[in-house]
Amino acid sequence: MTTTDTPRAQTLRTYAAYAKPLWQRVLVTREFAVIALLLVVFFYSRNQIPAFDGPLTIYYLLLDVAPILLIALPMTLIIITGEIDLSVASVVGLSSVLVGDLHQHGWSIPAAAVAAIAVGIICGALNGFLIAYVGLPSLAVTIGTLALYRGLAVGILGTTAVTDFPEKWTDLAKAHIGSSSYPTIILPIIVLIIVFVLLLHFTPFGRGVFDIGLNDEAAHFSGVDVARTKFLLFVLAGAVSAFAGVYYTLRFGSARGDNATGMELQVIAAVLLGGVSIFGGRGALHGVIAGVLLIGVLGSALRLDDVSANVINIIIGLLLVASVMSTSFLSFVARTTAGMKRRATGGSPERQQASAHHEGNNS
Amino acid sequence: MTSTLVEPSRRSTAQRVIATVLTSRESAIALVLILVVAAATLNTHSFLFSSDSWRDLLLAPSILLLLAVGQAVVIITRNVDLSVGSTLALTAYLTGRLFVDNPGIPIVVVFLIGVAAGGVLGLVNGLLVALGKVPALVITLGTLYIYRGVVLEWAGSNRINASDMPRGFLSLGTKTIGTIPVLTIIAVVVLVAVGYYLRTARGGRELYAIGSDPDAAHLYGLDVRKRVIGAFVLCGALAGLAGVVYAARYGTISSGAGTGIELEAVGAAVIGGVAIFGGSGTVWGAAIGAWLLITINRALPILGVQDFWQQAVVGALIIGAIVLDRLLSVRRSRRLIEARDAS
Repeated sequence: MTTTDTPRAQTLRTYAAYAKPLWQRVLVTREFAVIALLLVVFFYSRNQIPAFDGPLTIYYLLLDVAPILLIALPMTLIIITGEIDLSVASVVGLSSVLVGDLHQHGWSIPAAAVAAIAVGIICGALNGFLIAYVGLPSLAVTIGTLALYRGLAVGILGTTAVTDFPEKWTDLAKAHIGSSSYPTIILPIIVLIIVFVLLLHFTPFGRGVFDIGLNDEAAHFSGVDVARTKFLLFVLAGAVSAFAGVYYTLRFGSARGDNATGMELQVIAAVLLGGVSIFGGRGALHGVIAGVLLIGVLGSALRLDDVSANVINIIIGLLLVASVMSTSFLSFVARTTAGMKRRATGGSPERQQASAHHEGNNS
Repeated sequence: MTSTLVEPSRRSTAQRVIATVLTSRESAIALVLILVVAAATLNTHSFLFSSDSWRDLLLAPSILLLLAVGQAVVIITRNVDLSVGSTLALTAYLTGRLFVDNPGIPIVVVFLIGVAAGGVLGLVNGLLVALGKVPALVITLGTLYIYRGVVLEWAGSNRINASDMPRGFLSLGTKTIGTIPVLTIIAVVVLVAVGYYLRTARGGRELYAIGSDPDAAHLYGLDVRKRVIGAFVLCGALAGLAGVVYAARYGTISSGAGTGIELEAVGAAVIGGVAIFGGSGTVWGAAIGAWLLITINRALPILGVQDFWQQAVVGALIIGAIVLDRLLSVRRSRRLIEARDAS
């Protein structure tokens, strides 16, 4: 690596990722495709669907997507490292049940919420320990803890539900900011979004997350503490899920063992829709946020248009399949057109390779 | 230059068979199953010795057993099928509709249509996974939504009741040959056929090869795409069969049938020793895993544990099973390294 003989070639080397001008690199991406789709759906609904532009629509939309948006933040980081966490919805359920049960035993809501979040951290730490330090596959571990945490939640409350929460707190979960149409829950969400964006995109820790997803051995050799990073991400997911569980309980005023069943699938669908690669190493938070909002806007627009919730399920499923298939479809198209171009120019593979090499050295 | 890392065993066939049986994962799980049944029976004698409970012991796992067998085949190829619960609901409702819309339709035809419908749904999964080169987890998560949405839209709030289906079909759910329920016999026949195929047939061995290392299998000349699609079709078809069995056993079918059962099927396979990263495990293990899950579910109330805790026990079992797998594989690889260093 002591190449002092060709400094010119080194300083002028162009990396594939930086070959295009900045505006293209920012705008021609999966993330902006999702954002554009979100805007199209949003403005179409505002013009075409009666009652969509009412103040209540945005309010309920944000209330409904809040838990998914919250959990999608740590889930994005986990999927970028190439792992997955299926147990998040069970942690939501467990934390919801804990808030209810502790409140029944005379705890105040803030104390119960803190306890529930602490338990969420323990749940995340168990996942993280088994995955990062024992080295088990995250898919298998979190299928196990999905059943375990849900089982604890159902076991603690059985079929009963706790619904007698003080109005002060249930109203807070549904309060507006001032007289605007935005619910207060978006304040903590915005804080968390800023924290996670800084963490993922502007810190060495975040670069490590991407490195692990691309190649965890290479990341290890370049000084990233792979195990600790993964462990911390699962702890974060546990903590945020537990917080979402507290919110979920107060928003609906009810703590039940089966709260938020199946939410993990919605979260993962939203994250993948937002352009995060399930293979790891690729993704950005603005795309994920747009993905979550897209699902929320589609859902509320279709509901207002009297389409049943079942069709919404089908559309979410189709969007998910289409979004992951589009990547391989596009690369298939690129390969085919590249092949056609090569045949059209009639260049032999050797010449192509030689010229590519040439370009690589001089450009 | 044909040195082998591990010498072929010098023991006799009988010795090897006995050693395999004693140390295999399947027998360990079976032992746990026997212990659970024994504990429950000691507590309440009717758990095993009344004719109804004996039938339930055999009958209750049949649906999950079919799903777990299909799931095991898919997991062996290093994929996973999360859409089986929705496939089950779709075919169960289809079964009901067939009886409602075509009175007098032969039961065998209904079984065939159910299996075929499941197979088509599995084919969709398989094509998307194999052609899109996308992880099965994502695709089947998508089709889980889509299939469930289709059945919700189709059924709405309708439900098929027992009175809509012919008595001959419903009696399948309770009929026994000797003391063994018919539905269990169907499930066991499927299990034996799939188990035999995986162990002896060329296609079955190729599934293991693909699961161990897809790239190596491709370089070796195996048609990875065809085999993976085949595994998904089989899994879908078995989920379809499970749907028909579901209709026969419960008699009422709503659009929510089989919600969440996909994770139980994956759990059964994992507990039964099918490694989630493919290439190892048997359907026998998955079947015993399914049987264990269902039996624990029924035994817990008898043992004085509220059945709300059943899911927690299942979760703990799954985690215990994968930790155990990990320990065993670490020990095995250490032994292989020792064998290499010694030679």
